[in-house]
Amino acid sequence: MSTPQTGPIVKAGGAAADYVDERVGVSKFLKKNLTKVFPDHWSFMLGEIALYSFIVLLLSGTFLSLFFKPSMTEAPYHGSYIPLNGIPMSEAYASTINISFDIRGGLLMRQVHHWAALLFLAAITVHLLRVFFTGAFRKPREMNWLIGNGLLTLGILEGFAGYSLPDDLLSGTGLRIADGIVQGIPVVGTYASFMIFGGEFPGTDFIPRLYIVHVLLIPGIILGLITAHLMLVWYQKHTQFPGPGRTEGNVVGYPLFPVYTAKAGGFFFVVFGITVLLSAVASINPVWLFGPYTPTEITAGSQPDWYMGWLDGALRLMPNVEINAWGHTLSLNVLVPSVIIPGILFTAMALYPFLEQWATGDKREHHLLDRPRNMPTRTAIGTMSLSFYILLWIGGDNDIIATHFDMSINAITWTLRVMVFVVPPLVFVITKRFCLSLQRRDRDKLLHGYETGTIMRMPSGEYIEVHAPVSAEERAKLLAGHTYRPLELDREPDENGVLPKRKPLDAARARLSAFYYAERIEKPTPEELHEAEHHAHELEESYLAQIEGGSAPAGSEHAPTRSEH
Amino acid sequence: MNGRNVHADTDTPASVSAKLSARRRHPLAGFLLLAVALTVMGGLYAAVTGAGTASAASTDGTPQEIAQGRALFLEGCASCHGMNAQGGSTAPTLIGVGAAAVNFQVGTGRMPLAGPSQQAKRGPVQYTEAEIAALAAYVASLAPGPAIPSAQDLDYSNASLQEGGALFRTNCAQCHNFTGAGGALSNGQYAPSLKYATPQQMFEAMLTGPGAMPVFANSTITVEEKQAIIKYITTIRTSPNPGGMSLGRLGPVSEGLFLWIVGLGSVTAIAVWIGAKTS
Amino acid sequence: MSSDSHDLVSADDAAHPENPLAPGLPEHKLRRTDIDPRAAKRAERQVSLLFVIGALTPIIFFFEYVYIPSDKLIHVPLIGDTSASNFFLGLTMGIGLFCVGAGAIHWAKKLMPDVEEVSERHQLRGTDAEREEAVSQFNAGVESSGFGQYKMIRRTLIGALAATPLFAVPLLKDLGPLPGNKLRYTLWAPGVRIVSDVSLNPIKPEDIPFGGLVSCVPENLAAVEAATGNLNARAKVPVVLVRMRPEEIRAQQGKNWDYQGILCYSKICTHVGCPTALYDRKSHHLLCPCHQSTFDLSDAGHVVFGPAARSMPQLAITVNADGYLVAQHDFTQPVGPSFWERG
Repeated sequence: MSTPQTGPIVKAGGAAADYVDERVGVSKFLKKNLTKVFPDHWSFMLGEIALYSFIVLLLSGTFLSLFFKPSMTEAPYHGSYIPLNGIPMSEAYASTINISFDIRGGLLMRQVHHWAALLFLAAITVHLLRVFFTGAFRKPREMNWLIGNGLLTLGILEGFAGYSLPDDLLSGTGLRIADGIVQGIPVVGTYASFMIFGGEFPGTDFIPRLYIVHVLLIPGIILGLITAHLMLVWYQKHTQFPGPGRTEGNVVGYPLFPVYTAKAGGFFFVVFGITVLLSAVASINPVWLFGPYTPTEITAGSQPDWYMGWLDGALRLMPNVEINAWGHTLSLNVLVPSVIIPGILFTAMALYPFLEQWATGDKREHHLLDRPRNMPTRTAIGTMSLSFYILLWIGGDNDIIATHFDMSINAITWTLRVMVFVVPPLVFVITKRFCLSLQRRDRDKLLHGYETGTIMRMPSGEYIEVHAPVSAEERAKLLAGHTYRPLELDREPDENGVLPKRKPLDAARARLSAFYYAERIEKPTPEELHEAEHHAHELEESYLAQIEGGSAPAGSEHAPTRSEH
Repeated sequence: MNGRNVHADTDTPASVSAKLSARRRHPLAGFLLLAVALTVMGGLYAAVTGAGTASAASTDGTPQEIAQGRALFLEGCASCHGMNAQGGSTAPTLIGVGAAAVNFQVGTGRMPLAGPSQQAKRGPVQYTEAEIAALAAYVASLAPGPAIPSAQDLDYSNASLQEGGALFRTNCAQCHNFTGAGGALSNGQYAPSLKYATPQQMFEAMLTGPGAMPVFANSTITVEEKQAIIKYITTIRTSPNPGGMSLGRLGPVSEGLFLWIVGLGSVTAIAVWIGAKTS
Repeated sequence: MSSDSHDLVSADDAAHPENPLAPGLPEHKLRRTDIDPRAAKRAERQVSLLFVIGALTPIIFFFEYVYIPSDKLIHVPLIGDTSASNFFLGLTMGIGLFCVGAGAIHWAKKLMPDVEEVSERHQLRGTDAEREEAVSQFNAGVESSGFGQYKMIRRTLIGALAATPLFAVPLLKDLGPLPGNKLRYTLWAPGVRIVSDVSLNPIKPEDIPFGGLVSCVPENLAAVEAATGNLNARAKVPVVLVRMRPEEIRAQQGKNWDYQGILCYSKICTHVGCPTALYDRKSHHLLCPCHQSTFDLSDAGHVVFGPAARSMPQLAITVNADGYLVAQHDFTQPVGPSFWERG
């Protein structure tokens, strides 16, 4: 690099760095970390989108908090939005209308905040899918997976709290639904409902309480979890896709300073910029059109924000099962879709790394990512769960679908009720078979080369397709990945010939392992690769002999090196 | 194409007649003849039946109007509604529905029903204004029913926009959505969008309760209140969207779709750009 | 475990002759900007232009903020009539931020070195020596604390640590009152007049046509709301009045709870509490837009579709001396969503 100039900025910068280092020893940290290597793949930036959206949320949210009044005191509105003049509404709603119409840039900030919230959760979701399908949650990253699950859950709650603060008709209806769900919880439901709302619904305590949860409690926890999440990524180093030069023992990529500082820093500005551009051109949450919340009004097409859509869909699809016995009511129609199903899904998701580790018995560290096809059962479980989620999500929009596609809402509901049972297992089977086929094709490519599309006709009249060997990089990629085999938990007799006691869960473990790995495509062994190469050479020789024996075909510079038999 | 490149100076009587006969046998000649014939027939029909002159609808039908209405009714409506408008297995009775109902149903093109479908849809109007007035007069003559609102009824200039909004949100939004974008009802039925309804049609719909819609008589929602509601609907459906594209004013569903496709899509595209190898 | 024994081409084993990952990093390809100084200059100009745009936009933003009134509308193609302030402020800020980011990214991609670097991963766990050291220090600490030796301290410590968080439990009690029997009663009472929502007009039977629907509340609601300053009463009292021909009523929840074919049902869905006011006058079905619970009002409010499990509660009505519709008494069951103690 060129010698640093001694201009005034550099001098001042140097002095500042000196000052800080004298007190905090920052140079020790910097010397180790300025050249920290990060691998470069676009799918590794999805989590960054979530991080930057969170920063945008903090900034825009701070602006809004200066103008928003978290109070449910009712008073008639007097402001610039004429259709609501004189209409009684809570201060929360009135201040939101005020921000939208009377504060310059207020509507922009409201929209930035809301679009950023939707983007935050969308980014978390695709990031989660990437981590899942590439197996980045394996040791040593199980804790980070759990932290991520926590961030997702908190994000959903935070978003729900956020869009409920303006106390408009649509979000107020959502709160009513939430209260109905809480009320239905066995034994403690009514107590919980009264504690949360400070009495009956809607009361006057809820919005102020929700406000503190939304601006202080949950963001605080999220910030802490994000810090832990990033520190773990920093310390454990990022995973990478297999490829030439990439091993379990290294990280290949670009240094933090200057390349990643520029790329990641730039990406922050890009995400921020795109969010603001969205807010300039697309309307979101026009609360003045909904009207203030009152428990006697409702609009057709009442849906929550997208990330809660699956819960709403579950509520719509659930049949009306309620058990009344001995003076008590158990509302399964409410509890199953809003408490039990999410509980099972989130728990299963959180425990997944441990479950898979139990099935493989693999206690090694993994820093190279899997290609999804190489883990067919995991990939199939992922697509199956995703299909279930998407079906519930569609269920939440059933009335919009009915009006736009001219269908019966009842028919849609019944169809989805059947599909949530039929489609996920089907998706599982199809995905697993597809992955196995892809693996088979990869194995074929390794052993027989790839089809070039060139057909040659031998003097004998035989047609052959010319195959070429895959490049070294491709070979590295195709051979990467570990073929797991089902665990054999046989017991070995000790020196006295006594079999040890069978551990209680061993049978289950063996079955799970077989479910995962019984069906598999083995990677070719080095011997097999040698053998295939040798065979190919022989075949090539024989074809060349045929050709030379007869007349050489035109353009024979591209003589076949491999051919298919 | 034959006959195109014949030079004038080589024209002989034989070649001229060949040219002419070639044109007579022009492939499009048949179509041209058909078009002319249809135009002539259509024009004759229009002249004979006298379509085209609009006249204001009147609520009190003259005897001629009632007679004309009955004739039109027998021709176009009786097959479902019965010879005496008493109704049948496929259509309800029209006795007592009033002129307003006829004006609404026929005036929005819902009637005559295009096909035996679930729900009558707004569509091309099949009758002229005068004919609609005649039909309305005929049906009104059968039994007392809601009359077509007068110009005074429809004058909402002094109505309260705010009250209209409150009434709309309480009585209408649950089916028609918070801005009148429409909503789903059971079994394939739906509350239509209010984008195209005229104030008169809105008034008549509230008054007569077409299809599954309840009846909001002037005794439960007064004329002034109806005016307020109409004022609100007409104002809000053309109101600007200060935040940008309205995305259909359907709420979080279209917003979520927009975010996933445009928002996440563009940000991911940038991520792909960042990660791509530079040449 | 047998899973490791066939790990043929272990990526860790760089010396393995068959290690296909041994090819090493692919050959570095130079970029245009690495070879051609004019391309590099061009890239520099592009980056600088992006940064300049980013720097100028706040100034433009300032002027837009000051000079565009917040109520000004403009017509934008594809968007329609929209707020000029929102559109221009957003466009300026969005473009500005985007350009700064794009500039930095462009700089990194075109001009910063794109040679891939390799960094070794270090063992995450501590070395055996470090672990032993940590364990022995910990043990020494435990021993010197006397934790093992002083049994009484050990036993009471657990109690102390477990008990202190319990301060929070009673402190949170006053978040809300006990539910008591509040969920079982509403404002409706014998003789309370039924008035239309919003206009608050009392209703006579002859006002309601066949196929009519009126959203109603009790007459004393406004006074109660003014006195309490909240919407709690309003959340339980909304009802709908519908009128059908008496012969169309197949069942009711009580004898003579209707009045000449006029029925009064709660408007609060028994599923999770949304107002249910979508009335189909042909089928007499009341539909809730939230989750599509459907109630047949001609058949005692039974659920005919959807996730609600209980019928819509009916309010018994009659007519008072002046001819106005009134409630006979409160609902005979709690309105709204179910709860555990409901019965």
